[in-house]
Amino acid sequence: MTSSTAPTRPRRDTGVRRATALRTAGTLTRRRAVNALMQGVMYVAALLAVLPLLLIVWHLAREGASSISLDFFTRMPKPVGEVGGGMGNAIAGTLVLLGVASAIGLPIGIGAGLYLAEQRGSRLATSVRFLSDVLNGLPSIVMGIFAWQFLVRPLGHFSATAGGIALGAMMIPLVTRTTEEMIRLVPTSLREAALALGYTRWRTSLTVVLRTALPGIVTGALVAVARIAGETAPLLFTAFGNQFWSLALDQPISALPLQIFNYAISPYDEWHRLAWAGALVLIGLVLIISLIARYATRSRYGGGGD
Amino acid sequence: MSQPTHGAVVEPAAPGGRSTTAQADDAIAGSSRGDGVYRFLTTAAAWAIPLLLGLITLEVVLAAWPAFETFGLSFLTSSEWDEVRGVFGAAPMIYGTVVSSVLALVLATPLALGVAIFLSEFAPSWLRTPVAFLVDLLAAIPSVVYGLWGIFVLLPFLRETVMPFLAGTLGLGNTPFFSGPAYGPSMLAAAVILAIMILPYISAVSREVLMAVPRSQREAAMALGATKWEMIRDAVIPYARSGIVGGIILGLGRALGETMAVTMLIGNRHEISSSLFAPGYTLASVIANEFAEATGALHTSALMACGAVLLGVTLLVNAIARWLVWQVAREGR
Repeated sequence: MTSSTAPTRPRRDTGVRRATALRTAGTLTRRRAVNALMQGVMYVAALLAVLPLLLIVWHLAREGASSISLDFFTRMPKPVGEVGGGMGNAIAGTLVLLGVASAIGLPIGIGAGLYLAEQRGSRLATSVRFLSDVLNGLPSIVMGIFAWQFLVRPLGHFSATAGGIALGAMMIPLVTRTTEEMIRLVPTSLREAALALGYTRWRTSLTVVLRTALPGIVTGALVAVARIAGETAPLLFTAFGNQFWSLALDQPISALPLQIFNYAISPYDEWHRLAWAGALVLIGLVLIISLIARYATRSRYGGGGD
Repeated sequence: MSQPTHGAVVEPAAPGGRSTTAQADDAIAGSSRGDGVYRFLTTAAAWAIPLLLGLITLEVVLAAWPAFETFGLSFLTSSEWDEVRGVFGAAPMIYGTVVSSVLALVLATPLALGVAIFLSEFAPSWLRTPVAFLVDLLAAIPSVVYGLWGIFVLLPFLRETVMPFLAGTLGLGNTPFFSGPAYGPSMLAAAVILAIMILPYISAVSREVLMAVPRSQREAAMALGATKWEMIRDAVIPYARSGIVGGIILGLGRALGETMAVTMLIGNRHEISSSLFAPGYTLASVIANEFAEATGALHTSALMACGAVLLGVTLLVNAIARWLVWQVAREGR
């Protein structure tokens, strides 16, 4: 306020003043050396951050690839001590669970996203936006015990439906957020043009706005599916797992992440081998869905993973 | 919230007499019904989110109530967890959750910030996309796969290389933090895997916040003769600070609630030990381990109470993080 040259200057650029006025002690050579050093440090940090991913992928490929065969996708798990067998039921179970989850998570998520984009300033929109972020950070194990308490306990048995609902609930905040972002990108002029042509509001929203935003929303949906495909904790006490071939929605159902977990903590080498192969398939599934999602929208998908 | 607003407007227009306007009026009346239905459905979908969150809180707290009622505050302070005698205290789990998460933050934050600064300031453009993609991929790897990799790759590496190095070569074995035998499954293992898992979250938020720093801020520092690092240190980071803190707290929220990988690596023992080499327990992993085989209603309720504590803490942490990130996003615009 005292300075007459820039009365509206934001308070934060005190940092700039400090940078040059106070902290440029040392010779230029020294300052350049520090600059080069820090640049090196950042390169090393980036390398170290990427390293675990490369290691994980490498180990998955090394340990898992040899066990991948047609049998792995079609056969049932064998009892302890017998060699061979596959995870056919777990793969099918995961697909069923993803179907149930999408049936619940997509309509609610897209509906809520439409509401948030169209009623931007309303009080409900502001709080829903905030609460959906909070819901997004809810630990998945809490979703698991909630689904158990709400669905499994009253009904008296584990079921694919309960597992699917738990996963679907986890999808809602993800889908809501991307839907809102994508619909906001649709130019207002498009909406106005449709209204001016006599389209009713709901038809404008569904056939013009939603349709224009569709590729982005599909991407968001796929990203959400990819994220819940690997969830284990919500399924522990809902879908529960099943040693047999079952796709019934009212029965316990096997799932790839559950099976990997059970095999990984078992003491048998043969099961460890299957766990690695299962993990490779699961990662493959997640990657394929993510890549399709990236490919589906050529325009860059904002949000950076969260 | 969902009252149809157009219905009333149509009626005065109706006595127009001509059949075409009457038809048009009918169409408008029909459309307003359609608008009402559409408005109602989207509003209902929006309401589903607060309702779901409320329902989750209600169900979990109600189910946890018997345990809170029986043990009171001692549920949070006692270390005794005895299914046979029906005594449950969650202190080791609370301790384990906090220690593993905080340690993970300490390990992950410098690295995540380094990546974020690398990507927003230093990286040549041809490296930016692939590195950002690879770091984002870390977030796409399922927890259970981290656990599997942790059991068969990370644990042996920690047991045979890192732990002897810390205890022997660095001579830290006499301190209470690195004492005792190195089995593998331990607080340290859980913290390391958590650090890898939360790294992409912290770096993604930090990167976004750093990129939101106005160009003028950077240019001003450069114009005043700052080197690139001085510009980052004194003009970029201070501007983005609260957003970066928000990202770190968001990572903390993830770490607190992370279940599968931690369950597979932390050793699962109801004990508080100062040594990071010793096994521990977290709120999430005790639920994952014991819930399916819970003996008796009180045991189930005690596990629900662990869930309720976890829920409360993560909701709080996430709310704080979101608030901080939003603040910066608003200022940056």
